[in-house]
Amino acid sequence: MTLGVLAQVVIRERTQTCESRNDFCPDWIAHHYDEYLSPLWTHLQLVLVSVALGFVIAFALAVVAHRRRWLVGPITGFTGILYTIPSIALFTILLPITGFGFWTAIIALTSYTLLIIFRNIVTGLDNVPEEARDAARGMGLTERQRLWKVEVPLALPEIFAGLRIATTTTVGLAALAFFAGAGGLGAQLMTDINFKSNIVLAGGLCVLLAVALDLILLVAERLTVRWEFEG
Amino acid sequence: MLATFLNDFSGGLDFIFHQRESVSGGVSVGGSQLWPLLETHLRVVIVSIAIACAVSIPLGLWLGHLGKGQFAASSAANVGRAVPSIAVLVFFSAYLGLGEVNLIFAMVLLAIPPIFTNTYVGVRQVDRDAVDAARGMGMSGGQIVRRVELPLSLPLIFGGLRTSTVNVIATATLGPLVGVLTLGDPIINSSVYGPEGRLGAAILIGALAIGAEALFALLQRIATPAGLRRPKNERRAWSRRAALVPPSPTSPSAPPAP
Repeated sequence: MTLGVLAQVVIRERTQTCESRNDFCPDWIAHHYDEYLSPLWTHLQLVLVSVALGFVIAFALAVVAHRRRWLVGPITGFTGILYTIPSIALFTILLPITGFGFWTAIIALTSYTLLIIFRNIVTGLDNVPEEARDAARGMGLTERQRLWKVEVPLALPEIFAGLRIATTTTVGLAALAFFAGAGGLGAQLMTDINFKSNIVLAGGLCVLLAVALDLILLVAERLTVRWEFEG
Repeated sequence: MLATFLNDFSGGLDFIFHQRESVSGGVSVGGSQLWPLLETHLRVVIVSIAIACAVSIPLGLWLGHLGKGQFAASSAANVGRAVPSIAVLVFFSAYLGLGEVNLIFAMVLLAIPPIFTNTYVGVRQVDRDAVDAARGMGMSGGQIVRRVELPLSLPLIFGGLRTSTVNVIATATLGPLVGVLTLGDPIINSSVYGPEGRLGAAILIGALAIGAEALFALLQRIATPAGLRRPKNERRAWSRRAALVPPSPTSPSAPPAP
């Protein structure tokens, strides 16, 4: 009974306000944004964990493929197929194996970062000027030292570019992670897909998150790749 | 675990090939009942890609030819990736109503950035010497675009088309949210179709995307002008040269293909 009354009050309030006209309502957003913080946090976790995992795997693959060139083709082919599988389909295909949850989404999202990061690391390592390699050899660096002290630092701009693309892509894809039952801003958006303020807020937070992460990576790049920016 | 998965998987395949009664009863689903869904799905994909091409290829060629719009090209590529397609889709349903028009509109928005960016980058990366030579031969601006820049950027344009097509095939799955029954219906309304239907549709959509990717890889190869096809021993040098453009801080060098 009380619930019914409450619902009526809510409905009446809605019919009188901006929400009932289904406009874009700043007031509503100001009052409700805290409901979006927890989904935003989940979204961030989804992105950070999968990009980090993807980076570790892709880096290992790229270092191996850098030594054994013939591996580049097969690895690009395989990660390319992974990248092609639509995310909704992959989330769904994984359900019988890993069930609903955070990690199902992580498996799918990680597999999408592999191609982007792998390809950029390989390109970066390939673009290291032959003279730099020769100089390293002349200084008596071993193959391992050459990789870590010369080739990887010189490839950092491409590596960062790959990370940035992977991050923004993953922010967008994670909005579909609710198909795997992993929550995030997509799940929040799905709570009311007919209410514009909700759509704008959830979608807007996605874009803001992507822009923020992109800026952080850009700053990290400038701090790491000093020689590119200090002339 | 593998056995369970194989069992589920064959259940999904069974759904694709054999008609059955829905979980809630009364309606038959699966098998030949999937044809209308597939047909709608493909229609949405073809129409959206055609519209997106008509908009973004001329624009990309024009801006690329003039060398303007670097900022637009890079931000379209970068921010475009992060806008959740599902938000765009449901947002515009408020203005365009439920139905195919709304779905196609959202899909066009999704398909434009990769085609536009790739066309733009494609034109910009054309060897300046080739353009100068064309100008020296007395070609007008329009002739340079049509006879030099367009053919030489075709591989990248097809790369963009490939990305967009695969994206749209993937995202048209959300169609049922705005009342268009695409292949996503068994996934989104899985209470009607059951887990096997959900998995079956996912397998079908995955196969469709991979098929489109393969088709466009082939088209991309065919569309590459003979002058850009290098003999095998020169190919590495070419690819190194192509990758030499350093990613500027404002525009991460998007991998052209996927």
